[in-house]
Amino acid sequence: MGNKPKRYLLVLGILLVGLIATCLISIMIGPVFIHPLLIIKIWAYKLSGGLIQPIWSNIQETIVVDIRTPRVILSMLVGMGLSIAGAAMQGLFRNPMAEPYILGMSSGAAVGAALAIVLGAGNVFGELSIPAMAFIGATTTIFVVYNIARTDGRVPTETLLLAGIAVGFFLHAVVSFLKIIASHETLRDVVLWLMGSFALSTWADVRMVILPILLGIGVLYFLCRELNALQFGEETALHLGIEVETVKRILLIASALVTAVAVSVSGIIGFVGLIIPHVVRLIIGHGHHILLPASALSGGIFLVLCDTLARIVTQPSEVPIGIITAAIGAPYFVYLLRRRKKAISWW
Amino acid sequence: MLQVKNISASYQQRPVLEGISFQVEDGEFLGIIGPNGAGKTTLLKIMTGVKSPLTGEVMLDGKKMSSLCRKEIAMIMAVVPQSSFIPPLFTVEDVVLMGRYPHQKSRFVTTEEDIKAVEEAMQKTNTSNFRQRPVNELSGGERQEVIIARALAQEPKILLLDEPTASLDIKHQMRILGLVRTLVKENGITAIMVIHDLNLAARFCDRLILLHNQKIYAQGVIKEVLTSQNLKEAYEVETMVEYNDFIGALQVVVK
Ligand SMILES: Nc1ncnc2c1ncn2[C@@H]1O[C@H](COP(=O)(O)OP(=O)(O)OP(=O)(O)O)[C@@H](O)[C@H]1O
Ligand SMILES: [Mg+2]
Repeated sequence: MGNKPKRYLLVLGILLVGLIATCLISIMIGPVFIHPLLIIKIWAYKLSGGLIQPIWSNIQETIVVDIRTPRVILSMLVGMGLSIAGAAMQGLFRNPMAEPYILGMSSGAAVGAALAIVLGAGNVFGELSIPAMAFIGATTTIFVVYNIARTDGRVPTETLLLAGIAVGFFLHAVVSFLKIIASHETLRDVVLWLMGSFALSTWADVRMVILPILLGIGVLYFLCRELNALQFGEETALHLGIEVETVKRILLIASALVTAVAVSVSGIIGFVGLIIPHVVRLIIGHGHHILLPASALSGGIFLVLCDTLARIVTQPSEVPIGIITAAIGAPYFVYLLRRRKKAISWW
Repeated sequence: MLQVKNISASYQQRPVLEGISFQVEDGEFLGIIGPNGAGKTTLLKIMTGVKSPLTGEVMLDGKKMSSLCRKEIAMIMAVVPQSSFIPPLFTVEDVVLMGRYPHQKSRFVTTEEDIKAVEEAMQKTNTSNFRQRPVNELSGGERQEVIIARALAQEPKILLLDEPTASLDIKHQMRILGLVRTLVKENGITAIMVIHDLNLAARFCDRLILLHNQKIYAQGVIKEVLTSQNLKEAYEVETMVEYNDFIGALQVVVK
């Protein structure tokens, strides 16, 4: 009510412009600098089917079209997905510490990927065996966790979090075991995958993740009113006319889908789903109708920036992006914790 | 009209309610009393469909509650729980607007009708003065009024309240029960309230149900239920019940 919608549209507009600008800057930067106008021209040329006279080298075109753009788009989508899934899970569990990782989903993805790398599992998926196995691992995990936590047809939040942590520990042990039996090369691959990277992003990756991630984001945003009501407790939500169990299930599935798909192309990137919703809550607002879209856009900006840093700080080699997000995210998280220490129950 | 038919309930095989049957007419204010652990909250949870009974049925306007979806129930019935958890930063207006959930057809649009209902609910509960304040920063009494406003925004036919006055001062106790009484008498709402304070129950309710030993120990108009004998049996205390001219109602004095 009041003038809030206008303010929200303004905020989202600013974030969208920021996201586009960040993407453009990220495509500019690298061993070969490319002028932003040139980027726009190359894309105009590509998209219009050659209406503009090309005045650039093939190398420049390849760098923009085949190397940097898919990488930027992929990191943007993953950042959006991880952030909105984190925001939704924190809302669902009414716990600021909840995020896809705590529910064991990323460990599930890691087991799937490690099985693929070390034992060659999932050969039927061909080149996609690692992401496909990661996806299967993450989705299986969330359903196992969900069903362990289920009692009398309901899923109490405390049980769900505990089940997630317990299953996560178990899966972690499985990954450790796979590392021990891995050969030298496959061990290196596993370790690199676990740290996460966009170094080898292709348009095929983008095509694979874009639909599920956008679908998941859409579903989560669609449920923003239910998430708001759930903040008052499940019983109140029931009294207001919400089919709480159904809504919870849909929220879980959508978050699992988004996270699993994100993790399956980028490896494990921590802190994004935790930090971004926190910052958005502090700066922009609590209501999920603004929190969810603002988290998605901010998460996109954040991960594109992190990936740009990952590319340039130790040029010509790369830093795994998981290290960058942890280096930025962990101190910020500690800062948040200390600031909120007096009132841990601030939720 | 709400009918409770032969309800039994248990927690982990331990029976809490047995063969509870009663009926509440439109425009009636029913009080549910009984000692701690008698099963009042459990009964309320069954009446709101939050807990399913072991046997029996709750009927809303002649329809089985178990056959209605949450939205249909919420359009008929609103609940003021005993203590609601209030997350930070939701303003009074936000919270009251949530009561419109079951009526809203579009998820992203607030209609004129919604705004009208919200304004009216805030007016009735005296909460429009602090509409922009975060609810978690209000006092217990003010919060309770906001939660009642949210329930009114649902435009329910039946209002269920679980110890709505438990943490309120005498002024707010009178104000909130007076408000419920007005809603019942002027707007034809049916109210069902769990309450410990027998004197307040005697003053505001039309009829009482006394729960004891998993059963309805007594039910009827105030003077039929609030007798020294019933109270001694259910609460194990000696009482004197007499008509008080000053308040114009029965009054229970505990020895
Ligand atoms: N979730 C639960 N699990 C197991 N037993 C329960 C549960 N909730 C209530 N009980 C038991 O059921 C009985 C009835 O509880 P209920 O809360 O309905 O009582 P009440 O009449 O509302 O009491 P009070 O006046 O203290 O609020 C009590 O003996 C209580 O211990
Ligand atoms: Mg109770």
